[in-house]
Amino acid sequence: MSVQEALPLGGLSAEQSGHFRADHLLVAGMVKAGSKVLDVGCGEGDLLQLLETRGIDGRGIELSREGVNRCVAKGLAVVQGDADTDLVNYPDDAFDYVILSQTLQATRQPKVVLENLLRIGRRAIVSFPNFGFWKMRLQLLIGGHMPRTENLPATWYDTANIHFCTIKDFVELCDAIDVKMERAVALDLYGRPIPLNLPWWVWNMFGEQGVFLLTRGGGK
Amino acid sequence: MVGVKSIPSPAISSDDRSHEVDHPSSQVARFGADQPLRLDCGVDLTPFQIAYQTYGELNADRSNAVLICHALTGDQHVANVHPVTGKPGWWETLVGPGRPLDPGRYFIICSNVIGGCMGSTGPASLNPATGKVWGLDFPVITIPDMVRAQAMLVDRLGIDTLFAVVGGSMGGMQVLQWTAAYPGRVYSALAIACATRHSAQNIAFHELGRQAVMADPDWHNGRYADQGIHPHRGLAVARMAAHITYLSDAALHRKFGRRMQDRELPTFSFDADFQVESYLRYQGSSFVERFDANSYLYLTRAMDYFDIAADHGGVLAKAFAGIQTRFCVVSFTSDWLFPTSESRALVHALNASSARVSFAEIETDRGHDAFLLDVPEFLDISRAFLQSAGKARGLTGKND
Repeated sequence: MSVQEALPLGGLSAEQSGHFRADHLLVAGMVKAGSKVLDVGCGEGDLLQLLETRGIDGRGIELSREGVNRCVAKGLAVVQGDADTDLVNYPDDAFDYVILSQTLQATRQPKVVLENLLRIGRRAIVSFPNFGFWKMRLQLLIGGHMPRTENLPATWYDTANIHFCTIKDFVELCDAIDVKMERAVALDLYGRPIPLNLPWWVWNMFGEQGVFLLTRGGGK
Repeated sequence: MVGVKSIPSPAISSDDRSHEVDHPSSQVARFGADQPLRLDCGVDLTPFQIAYQTYGELNADRSNAVLICHALTGDQHVANVHPVTGKPGWWETLVGPGRPLDPGRYFIICSNVIGGCMGSTGPASLNPATGKVWGLDFPVITIPDMVRAQAMLVDRLGIDTLFAVVGGSMGGMQVLQWTAAYPGRVYSALAIACATRHSAQNIAFHELGRQAVMADPDWHNGRYADQGIHPHRGLAVARMAAHITYLSDAALHRKFGRRMQDRELPTFSFDADFQVESYLRYQGSSFVERFDANSYLYLTRAMDYFDIAADHGGVLAKAFAGIQTRFCVVSFTSDWLFPTSESRALVHALNASSARVSFAEIETDRGHDAFLLDVPEFLDISRAFLQSAGKARGLTGKND
């Protein structure tokens, strides 16, 4: 079963879905129509465009100038900025959802960033590559070198990704800072969701990436 | 003896300049006693006139009007040959056929600001009460006053909502004032190389310029026009100092370095040995041909007083609360007059107000003046922003 079949998105044909990344479709499916969304690290605006087709009021932050220019050219409201330094400037509860898609591992302070996401947004959606994925483990265990994959092709010395974590690590961080997981999905190498009834260690081993819908915890 | 050459006298007579003050080579909107301009200083300015240029045609829906706000020493001649200097329009990189603001698509308006000297009422105009030039009797004006006058012009032209208000530097301040004062009348706003308030350093540079003007014995407490003279040396020095702030160290170095002007060796004098000196003197002397010294005092003062947050209880975000306007804010990496930090502060306030804002910092070594130059990345982003806003507004044009 493909992710498109698993997560049918209203108003989007299978052909249209094919234009979008699996994790973007998954994220878009987690956002309620008509809500207000901030996409942190929005790249060239593909996810924002997908969200706008679903009647969602989207805004973006992007570090690279080229990315910002491409977004503005698409008519998207995107500002040049840095997740590590600029999120503090957004007021509390400014958005219904704040999305951090494949960017957490590139931030200097993932914990602070995560806390800010859930201060600015009532919900946060975070996706990241799982460093516990079996191929990663195998490359380190057998190959003896830092893993490189199709989705993470950079060598250790020129990667922007400075804070890799596993799904298990991320779940522990959420617990530590009182963040509640409303939904958790692990996608395998082919972008297919791993069945929910399987235990965490399977996710951590076979999930190539994790996608989490988070809310503020009720306090301890 | 040490050779000294001071700044040359202007090549164009002051008659050409002063003729434009009261009889501009532009369209003029006149406002009589029934329509005074309410100034922030408490004075009702009446009568007054606004000189303006338009390019393109207003569409049937009256939805394609763009207002361009000019910078401190700019004027309404955005995209036509200047009537005094004979030079091309000051923003032909942005405005013209095939440019981001194409007159084939938009109805483009640019007016001379109130307090200016190219046909809108200002200190160089005749004071009807005395029959003499206003001089320092002219009331001190502010950026909000300029915008209030522009709104009266836009009303006169029968336009309710402007598709876009666009400007850089002091023009960008007017763009922001438009959105704060008339949020419902601005569909999109392109604010370039500007700030929501003038910094202490910028006020300091302006004070330097004003003191240079006032130190010129020809200034005569602002009443030079009565004697048919103009404090061109003081004004040229003011312009030279200001011009440095519009450039950057890197741009000056690239353009001039330490190269000599038409000579191999230093002359051991205070002549313009260096190319950069010669360039600055030229900038100074060509500026005084087209600009009135008192007008320079008034317009720099208006920028100094500008502080949107102060007008909204000290909270910048309040100025833009609930605004529906689409914003695009642009800054330049080497602009130290209106640095990126100023634009970021604006963007943060717009974010806090939930405004729809795009922001890009453009990499260039050309300093503050970059917005007037052919900087492709800046022009691309302007085009993209205006096109996407046009699409959202339902504007169609031959470029679609």
